[in-house]
Amino acid sequence: MLCIKNGKIVDGINKSPYIADILIEEDRIAQIGTNISSDSHTCIDATGKWVIPGLIDAHCHLREPGFEHKEDILSGMRSAAIGGFTSIACMANTSPVIDNVPLVEYIKNKSSSYGLIRVFPIASVTKGQMGQELTDMADLKKAGAVALSDDGKPILNSHIMKTALEYSGALDLLIISHCEDIALSSDGVMNEGEMSTRLGLKGISRASEEIMVARDILLSEVTGIRIHIAHISTRGSVELVRQAKSRGVKVTCETAPHYFSADDSMVDGYDTNAKVNPPLRAVFDVSAVIDGLVDGTIDIIATDHAPHHRDEKEVEFALAANGLSGFELAFSLACTNLYKTNRIDMIRFVELMCKGPAKILGIIGGTLEINGRADVAVVDPEKEYIVDVYKFYSKGKNTPFNGSLLNGSVLHTISGGKLIVHNGKII
Amino acid sequence: MPLKQKDFLGLRGVPGEEIDEIINTSELMKHILMQNHKKTPHLQGKSIVTLFYENSTRTRLSFELAGKYMGASTSSVSASSSSVAKGETLLDTGKTIEMMGTDVLIMRHPLSGAPHHLAKHLKSSVINAGDGTNEHPTQALLDMFTIKTKKGKIRGVKVAIIGDVLHSRVARSNIWGLSTMGADVRIAGPPTLLPVGLESLGVKVCRTIEEAVDGADVLMALRLQKERQQRGLIPSLREYSILYGINNRRVELAEKDVIIMHPGPMNRGVEISSDVADADNSFINEQVTNGVAVRMALLYLITRRRGQ
Repeated sequence: MLCIKNGKIVDGINKSPYIADILIEEDRIAQIGTNISSDSHTCIDATGKWVIPGLIDAHCHLREPGFEHKEDILSGMRSAAIGGFTSIACMANTSPVIDNVPLVEYIKNKSSSYGLIRVFPIASVTKGQMGQELTDMADLKKAGAVALSDDGKPILNSHIMKTALEYSGALDLLIISHCEDIALSSDGVMNEGEMSTRLGLKGISRASEEIMVARDILLSEVTGIRIHIAHISTRGSVELVRQAKSRGVKVTCETAPHYFSADDSMVDGYDTNAKVNPPLRAVFDVSAVIDGLVDGTIDIIATDHAPHHRDEKEVEFALAANGLSGFELAFSLACTNLYKTNRIDMIRFVELMCKGPAKILGIIGGTLEINGRADVAVVDPEKEYIVDVYKFYSKGKNTPFNGSLLNGSVLHTISGGKLIVHNGKII
Repeated sequence: MPLKQKDFLGLRGVPGEEIDEIINTSELMKHILMQNHKKTPHLQGKSIVTLFYENSTRTRLSFELAGKYMGASTSSVSASSSSVAKGETLLDTGKTIEMMGTDVLIMRHPLSGAPHHLAKHLKSSVINAGDGTNEHPTQALLDMFTIKTKKGKIRGVKVAIIGDVLHSRVARSNIWGLSTMGADVRIAGPPTLLPVGLESLGVKVCRTIEEAVDGADVLMALRLQKERQQRGLIPSLREYSILYGINNRRVELAEKDVIIMHPGPMNRGVEISSDVADADNSFINEQVTNGVAVRMALLYLITRRRGQ
């Protein structure tokens, strides 16, 4: 039995926070109330801290199988747990690609054997992520795939995307779309704008993302099947989704912490840790993304945790791998750039990082309620610290935020009733 | 006044006094270069290596001769004949060269930012001899030296830069340097070959070549980088030459004492007509000589900084 005393609770159900104790028995929340007797329990004093549902990430890369030098399932899970996550959905662009039942089972079995947090595999939409033949979606769903995505690669052929939506829709299996017109982004390596001109680097037009966001919205509209747009980064994409939602299209979308925390000036000095796809955009894109998070256009924050090995970043800018190690800074970046700036409160935060992702993925979690699964994070959004990537549990130290002063730390993570992170350390 | 920084990677952010210092030193170096006995001891005991990942005739030779005229030992490494072909990283190649006692590494690379990357990890000085589509600072220095020699000043001089700015590291370095020195820079070229937000660098972007050339003191043609044109950014060389080629008719729109410049190698009949390239007011050949002088000056100033 575990008792969390005296924290400010945001349970994802009530409209305002309240101070109470939470009693956990086995893997369930047994009681939420005041003055729960703490005699016979392990007790966590959460006075002055926030108690929220364990975070849920709808988009990460665990790199196993195939790229274990970047990350493996265990290191990724530990990193996620430190970041306050208790459920994560991992993308299919491993090697081999997660496009078959044995690999879905491999991810499920291996991750659950560690007894840390829940891992939900996302299988690919097309075989080998080649954008041509659909995977055996019904089988994949039965094996435990939580959604489908060719993330990392766009599905360029609109007919195949439409067919995939129709087929998966009948199975009620969500497609998460990586929106990028490859012909437009071609060999671009950063956002196209004044900064790319200054650095002499080939730019990626916003239109590369927006054209595909528009296409996917239209395909969702004509088929009537819902779609989820991954990692939105531009003002235009936010506006396209806003318009689509206003006319009732079943579209949801996510953005990643770096798109509301940093702009393309981070690339100056050819910092390969700021290289990511879609690229960091201009200041006005960052504020449009924040507006979208505030007004509900953007449904959730997903990390797009994309760990890489040092060797893949310590190279010429154009040759460097895309992506940021995301789990361990997601909470802090959201606190620093959304909460501390008074753009969102903790209620909205829980919608964006707990309840919303659970709903989109169709999984249990994202709220704190009696008899519900005891996935809890105890956090301190005020705490200031300086980022030191060498303290990351992730193998990927790739982030342009190293050395930044951020607000917000995850103190404790409880997953399935088990205290797995205590005082910021894996137990 | 020696240079402040260890490396010379570009003209972006380089203060005007430093550019002045290099240009003034270049004048002295040019005197030496013009003498019968071209030998000075300024770089005696120094080791200079050129590391080129792209083909080059003039820049490489220019640096090597600059080093040799001043008594340095110079060596050259080509990407094709080195361990690069065996898959060695740029960093490892750079460190290996440094560990052989190299004071200055002069580098050309097809990717923007490559010398910046190497410079971060080396103690030796790194000089950028052209990185991708970013900068070619010594070319811009020699261009500014040429302008100063011919016009007596740089401030207020009207310079029209014509052509493929998108792919031109020469253009970018000239834009940074000339703006810092107070020149009035105008740009014209096909919209598909002008980078986004060019105005933010402090230049005037003109709709037509005529507008850019009007009243100009300096006409600088950029090489149309044919090897980078596979993506169909212009319909044909013929149309490019009609719309953006510098010919006698266009030269007449400029000031009477206009000078013609081109970084070379030229595509005669494309960005510049042979009449213009070979005219009396063309200083394309003198630019080459000035290139050696400027590189002597830079090598001298950068090694003096390194504890002589």
